Amino acid sequence: MSVEFEELRDIHPRDNLLRTDLFPHIWCPGCGLGIALHAFLEGMEKAGIPREKRTVVSGIGCSGRTAGLLKVDSYHTTHGRPIAFATGLKLANPDLHVTVFSGDGDLFAIGGNHFIHAARRNVDLKVICINNFNYGMTGGQMGPTTPAKAKTTTTPYGNFEHPFNLPWLAATCGATYVARWTTLDARQIRDSIAEAAVKKGFTFIEIVSPCPVGYGRPNRIGSGLDEMKFYEENWELRSGNWIIQEGANPREADIDLGKAIVVGKFVDIDKPTFLDMYREQMPQFLAEKENAKDRKEEVRE
Amino acid sequence: MRGDVLTGKYFMNGDIAAAEGALAAGCRFFAGYPITPSTEIAERMAERLPEVGGIYIQMEDELASMAAILGASCTGAKAMSATSGPGFSLMMENIGLGIMMEVPSVVVNVQRGGPSTGLPTSVGQQDMMQARWGSHGDYEIIAYSPNSPQEMFDLTVKAFNAAERYRLPVLVMADEAVGHMTERVVVPEKSAIPIVNRRGPSVPPAEYRTFKAGEDLVPEFAVAGQGYFVRMESLTHDELGRPALTAEAEQVLVGRLRDKIATHAHEIAEYEEFLTEDADVIVVAYGITSRCVRQAVEEARQEGIRAGLLRLVTAWPFPSWRIEELAVQAKAFVVPEVNFGQMVREVQRVAGPAKTTFVQYPPGAMPHPDRTLKAIREVGK
Repeated sequence: MSVEFEELRDIHPRDNLLRTDLFPHIWCPGCGLGIALHAFLEGMEKAGIPREKRTVVSGIGCSGRTAGLLKVDSYHTTHGRPIAFATGLKLANPDLHVTVFSGDGDLFAIGGNHFIHAARRNVDLKVICINNFNYGMTGGQMGPTTPAKAKTTTTPYGNFEHPFNLPWLAATCGATYVARWTTLDARQIRDSIAEAAVKKGFTFIEIVSPCPVGYGRPNRIGSGLDEMKFYEENWELRSGNWIIQEGANPREADIDLGKAIVVGKFVDIDKPTFLDMYREQMPQFLAEKENAKDRKEEVRE
Repeated sequence: MRGDVLTGKYFMNGDIAAAEGALAAGCRFFAGYPITPSTEIAERMAERLPEVGGIYIQMEDELASMAAILGASCTGAKAMSATSGPGFSLMMENIGLGIMMEVPSVVVNVQRGGPSTGLPTSVGQQDMMQARWGSHGDYEIIAYSPNSPQEMFDLTVKAFNAAERYRLPVLVMADEAVGHMTERVVVPEKSAIPIVNRRGPSVPPAEYRTFKAGEDLVPEFAVAGQGYFVRMESLTHDELGRPALTAEAEQVLVGRLRDKIATHAHEIAEYEEFLTEDADVIVVAYGITSRCVRQAVEEARQEGIRAGLLRLVTAWPFPSWRIEELAVQAKAFVVPEVNFGQMVREVQRVAGPAKTTFVQYPPGAMPHPDRTLKAIREVGK
């Protein structure tokens, strides 16, 4: 087996984009993260983002390991804080192309406040959330996206909480681009990542991913492949801009245990980013201040 | 439009002086959250950074503020935040990240009374041990303790230089009295302000290792976007930046993170002495307290007690070696603080046979010299 693995590694066309010294990776068999990672590599190539400008920031958790696997400037930060860290990176050097690649618990429980504010400010960040409905790295606990009634190690009698509907949350917070796919939709993920990569402003892509160990087993979904089969059989495509098209309203994109998962593009709008507004306002205000007759002078001795 | 160094003599409060010191040191990014009594620093930066081509951003909280300045610093920008107790508590998490990823940055803590919301508008010195130990895990820290608006300027410049030199978050542990005090501040000529910049990579990208340290135990810093493909890692990591979850890797990494400060402690630590040469009672003080109790030392001298003052300019690294030297000649140390006993423990630890007396001042009021004078008299008998 190891010989075959070495051979495969030698010929894999994406090797030059990965830190192959960290392979084999630590993700479980059947996990969707590999598909998402591959789609990301393809999406960035497709979008033509220069390699040295690609910067990836992750938080903590299974998805948090993504940054370290990518051969780009990578930052594996603290739990919940990748968006705040990425905000500093992007604003201090706007030439960077900054992607935040992290999980549902990281981005929406401990890091929820940073998500809503970065979206509100429209910081030019590309946020990708791998949603596996649980905390995988710590062994399958309930999280902010765990569907009601679903079983996890901390909801042994079923989840009593309402989960977040992530596309709706992102849309209402002001994201300029919002899409959701499952790991079954590898090409759509790639295309969506490529589309969001060149879209100005705060973009959000949710990738629903199987977690056969943490979520699939206690909820009797089966293997990773079984969960993908479930996506295939319960797939509903909505696309377009919900603001102008009824019927693709992300408000209706709730995820319930055993029910269809709405996928597609929900939002694609244009509005000025934080830096656009900063740069547009500043010269005028500074000039006004400079010319003001009642300009406040420093109190000199 | 004003430049980054406002050379001249001013009547300025400590918070504003800290902001001006940051700009003079090259700070071009500020992320913060309004909190009394440090808000004037944020307000000044919001006004001034656009004038020098920098970025000010008001974040949603101090967790985000600290994370954002680390991110900004990873592009090579000099970055700062300012806060007070409650915000400092929130920053602890990402101060640890800055230690672990070795990211230069500066945090000014204008201390007020605590715990919790405490005394928002009045003076305290209760975060001195939090500055040293507040984030989880083992580490060494650098913390300055200004006692005047002038030092708010000077020590903020030094904090940036130390952060760049040793690659870590450096703290300016001010207090409300110094932050809100308005006094003469002399801003030197730009050319007279020494500036230190972090060392960049000396090797091409193919040979670059994110955490490979030089002889001084400090790694070379590659900024984002230059093709070096840095691997910044918050997990315990090896020289390459790969997660290395073993006792051996922890020993090597955390050992180096501590040693890079500990082995330079004599270079970093600063203190001032007043009448210590022949003193047998030595007052050890810092921040606003060091100014108030100088009068107690002078009055004790007039009464014939050989009192002296050791003023800590850096609280951390703590100049324990100097206390040890003074302990040979002195029969007692008197340590006044506006808290319930923090730095006194450090003095006690190294004072040997010399007696250590703590003078407790409650946070919320300026420390009056009489209480310290009384303590000097008691031990100086």
